[in-house]
Amino acid sequence: MQKIEVERNVWGGGIKPMVASYGKLMMWFFLMTDALTFSAFLGAYGFQRFVHSDAWPIADEVFNHFPFLHGEYPMLFVALMTFILIMSSVTMVLAVHHGHKMNKKGVIIWLGLTIVGGLIFLGSQAWEWYHFIHGTYEGALKGADGSIAHFVAGTTNELIRHGEVLTGEVAASFIASAKEIHGANLIFNEYGHPLFANFFFFITGFHGFHVFSGVVILVIIFINVLRNTYEKRGHYEMVEKVGLYWHFVDLVWVFVFTFFYLV
Amino acid sequence: MAENSSTRKIWIVFWILFVLTTIEVLLGIFKPTILTDNSLIGVSLLNHVFIILTLFKAYYIVMTFMHLGDEKKSLQFSIIAPMWVLVPYLLFILLSEASFHGAIG
Repeated sequence: MQKIEVERNVWGGGIKPMVASYGKLMMWFFLMTDALTFSAFLGAYGFQRFVHSDAWPIADEVFNHFPFLHGEYPMLFVALMTFILIMSSVTMVLAVHHGHKMNKKGVIIWLGLTIVGGLIFLGSQAWEWYHFIHGTYEGALKGADGSIAHFVAGTTNELIRHGEVLTGEVAASFIASAKEIHGANLIFNEYGHPLFANFFFFITGFHGFHVFSGVVILVIIFINVLRNTYEKRGHYEMVEKVGLYWHFVDLVWVFVFTFFYLV
Repeated sequence: MAENSSTRKIWIVFWILFVLTTIEVLLGIFKPTILTDNSLIGVSLLNHVFIILTLFKAYYIVMTFMHLGDEKKSLQFSIIAPMWVLVPYLLFILLSEASFHGAIG
């Protein structure tokens, strides 16, 4: 077989530009573009939130449940989800670390824990969605103009609509034309403006799909590690590339957490 | 020795992220009135604090967990420069438009 001479300079091929392999470089560029996609989503969320600031729900009042506990615990569940994802990022970086040392056993342990963390996160997200879709027992009233009102606690003829209290005639005519709704979906949202629900499903759904695909890819490379694929190849760079993707998923969640639940 | 120091660095970053998130959660639950009642460029100080803490967390995730800090300067810039230019531009356009929307519509 004829040996092809490759000119070894930056534009002639034969060496790695930026001293990173092709796969790693492309993963970085993919993640950069993906970050721009998420920026556009969160930017659009910010836009609509500013426009409809009077009818926008406060996240603390929407997501205040915690499994097996009664009462209201704002922030706690989503904080737990954040810690789970940060923790799975740590186990991933430890798996990459053991990959560098060609320590198969270490990679198996830490990669396995990362998969478990990802699955727990997905389960938590399913729980959060279930409660948001299901809504509260009291529900809300949706007026003919699309505005959302709640009964003042303990009354049947006084309402709060976007922070303003309605009584007497005004309340009675609102109730007469209103429809009772429970929970949130793409058409209505008992907590406030329907766009809040649309953005919630779209952004956390898109992020959740990233987590889901991340878990699938992690499982595939986990099987490859067990089958000695990377041992034979002589390096665990694949673990590193998937690790980049996994950390990115964590990074996006850090921003989703801030802009959906905190700000 | 080198191995120990790199795992040490990972755990230090974990604790940094843990503490920053805990501060965010506590601020989110208690909402100090000094921070909620004062605002800068139309955004409350509390939200500024949240955004700054989030950017710190992002810095540590990208630099340490994703090892971007260990890559060549040219690679670091080709990833970070588009973000620093395009994202603030996009947010400026969208959010300043949104603040006019109510006045016109």
